[in-house]
Amino acid sequence: MDFDLSEEQQLLQDSVTRLMADRYDFERRNEYAKSAEGFSLPLWRQYAELGVLGLPFDEAHGGIGDDGVGTMIVMQAFGRALALEPYLATVVLGGGVIRHGGSAQQKEAILPKIADGTLRLAFAQAERQSRYNLADVKTTAKKAGGGWVLDGEKSLVLHGDSADMLIVVTRTSGAQRDEKGLSLFLVDARAAGVSRRGYPTQDGRRAAEIAFAQVTVPENARIGDIGAAFPVIERVVDEARAALCADAVGAMEAMHALTVEYLKTRKQFGAAIGSFQALQHRAVDMFVAVEQARSMAMLAAMTARDEDAEARRKSVAAAKVQIGRSGKFVGQQAVQLHGGVGMTMELKVGHYFKRVTMTDTLFGDADYHLARLAEAGGLI
Amino acid sequence: MDLRFTDEEIAFRKEVRAFFDSALPKDIRTKMEEGRALVKDDIVTWQRILNAKGWATPFWPVEYGGTGWSPMRQYIFLEEMQATPAPQPLQFGVNMVGPVIYTFANEEQKAHFLPRIRNIDDWWCQGFSEPGAGSDLASLKTTAKRDGDHYVVTGQKTWTTLAQYADWIFCLVRTDPNAAKKQEGISFLLIDMKTKGITIRPIQTIDGGREVNEVFFDDVRVPAKNLVGQENKGWDYAKFLLGNERIGIARIGMSKHRIRRIKELAAKEFDGERPILDNPRFREKLAAVEIELKALEMTQLRVIAAEGKREKGRPDPASSILKIKGSELQQATTELLMEVVGPYALPYQTDQDAGWNEPPVGPDWAGPIAPTYFNYRKVSIYGGSNEIQKNIVAKAILGL
Repeated sequence: MDFDLSEEQQLLQDSVTRLMADRYDFERRNEYAKSAEGFSLPLWRQYAELGVLGLPFDEAHGGIGDDGVGTMIVMQAFGRALALEPYLATVVLGGGVIRHGGSAQQKEAILPKIADGTLRLAFAQAERQSRYNLADVKTTAKKAGGGWVLDGEKSLVLHGDSADMLIVVTRTSGAQRDEKGLSLFLVDARAAGVSRRGYPTQDGRRAAEIAFAQVTVPENARIGDIGAAFPVIERVVDEARAALCADAVGAMEAMHALTVEYLKTRKQFGAAIGSFQALQHRAVDMFVAVEQARSMAMLAAMTARDEDAEARRKSVAAAKVQIGRSGKFVGQQAVQLHGGVGMTMELKVGHYFKRVTMTDTLFGDADYHLARLAEAGGLI
Repeated sequence: MDLRFTDEEIAFRKEVRAFFDSALPKDIRTKMEEGRALVKDDIVTWQRILNAKGWATPFWPVEYGGTGWSPMRQYIFLEEMQATPAPQPLQFGVNMVGPVIYTFANEEQKAHFLPRIRNIDDWWCQGFSEPGAGSDLASLKTTAKRDGDHYVVTGQKTWTTLAQYADWIFCLVRTDPNAAKKQEGISFLLIDMKTKGITIRPIQTIDGGREVNEVFFDDVRVPAKNLVGQENKGWDYAKFLLGNERIGIARIGMSKHRIRRIKELAAKEFDGERPILDNPRFREKLAAVEIELKALEMTQLRVIAAEGKREKGRPDPASSILKIKGSELQQATTELLMEVVGPYALPYQTDQDAGWNEPPVGPDWAGPIAPTYFNYRKVSIYGGSNEIQKNIVAKAILGL
């Protein structure tokens, strides 16, 4: 039992934290959001130079073989900085699908390019009707000649508007919500028949609605066996959930620190408002919520790579519940304790609130995972 | 970062579990499992079994009869004890006055009292709270006036847990009413409960039990050699005592045991066609508590893992959460048990009253559930209420 960072992990934390402190202050962040991609391409190259974009990949594929803790460190720093780059979409989700489901050739062709920052992926999984059910897929892939033809519409594809390649979840057999019969394909985002409508998300990031009309891909675009993609999808999404937990902890600890600072400096009735007990206790309740969330983000990071799918699923679901609940409480109270200025776009605190609120809706909110865990018999 | 226990820790856990399984008398274990009240003999019997094994005071320094275990071993030991579930050794001796004695008392006091605490030859109770001094403990009024080689103690203590069994009481008394600060005029005094002038009045609590008492001191003559440490330094010793027990305060092992018990009972109690446990709404409430408990367990482990690396006297900021959240979760488990028992919470059929010998009304496990629910409201009040804990966190950690 050990919660210390290794020397390499400490180094990673120091360098990412320093980079964000130097290059990601609030004003610059808001400038990055206005660019065509909705994030900073120069920063993306910086991440590549730091080795961050290859973190979970094997050394042979330009990575360092991180076991999940590195991803937690990076995501937490990104959450603190309100970072906009498509790390989750490209490295965790896209890279994760290739890492867990790709062939040797696919790994060799794709992972090093993710790691060096020259290739960005997006994970086209959700559809209008699917909500949080990973198996609910209507988009089809049909065998045609030497390849496959994709048809359907994907929704809420994170950073789908600027990605070079899309990883598309399709149904090749079975009924709409069957876990069996799902297949993964790698599709050039600029291929004929792919149309993308990008838009900003509530928390200042980017997503896209993507339609596939008679999109033809060759046989070697298939990732893994036909009809057998669900376990890979579930595993990769669990890793993404764990990463999101860390992002939310970064945002929560920043929100809490800002709020405590505000309580110390804002004066009303001739006193710092932090001298009022009602507000002190609220700040302590927030502190408890942040620490509980931090504990669960650690648990998720350390078990997301667990080969035992049952244990992994339960830990990650539990963590997502805790993060969702803590995030909602800490976010709402951070705005409340800031009063009127907490409502403005001029202060960072509201942006954090928006970020944790949106994080809860990604890959299953607190209620969804609570029901899932309860159904599975709980943790004890 | 690594969540796994070492092979050595796993072996230790097995050793502890095997000992508890074999050494804990069956009747005590059954009472613990069913949440029934223990009598004095149960606690004495069990603590003497532990003492014979050398485990009555495992957290004390080795020279005073401790084990020298690492914080992680201490945690495993406590978790197994709570999960068995086995009674904890008497806290007032083992976790409260014992550490004060080996840290601040003189050699004669140590030699006399410490072995007797380990073997529970003396039953200790705590004389801190007074009717006018609860959260504001330093405003206590019980006085001790020096008269030759004695102190004369006058006043009243309250919420004195199990004083009816006690041989000794450790008291905070005011020895200097004129001190500049009220914290500065307080001393820490050990008083033999058989001394003339002490009377005990039981307080019946809302669970129907008699756990706490008022203790009155009427010109009680206490030998001056029973003073611990220096006169008027008692507040420092009291602060040490209250901050001493962190590992185990969250009672995670106990809450885990309760959750297993809830599942066991909810699986056999039916609501219509299906057991309570199959009601999705109930399951979600239960799962929500389990998640919070898991989070607290992780928080606890973070505190323990950092314990060895931290300078002494500087507790981990996260440790303050343990009392607040731990007490809330203990209470949450008692609420879930109330939900399981449903209408059979109603009959008052506690075995806390001597002579209860009726057949059970409803399920035979129903009796202790409502009293336990009522009783456990105390855990967010005693040892510094959760509101006081929040004041402390706000000041000491958040700097407000």
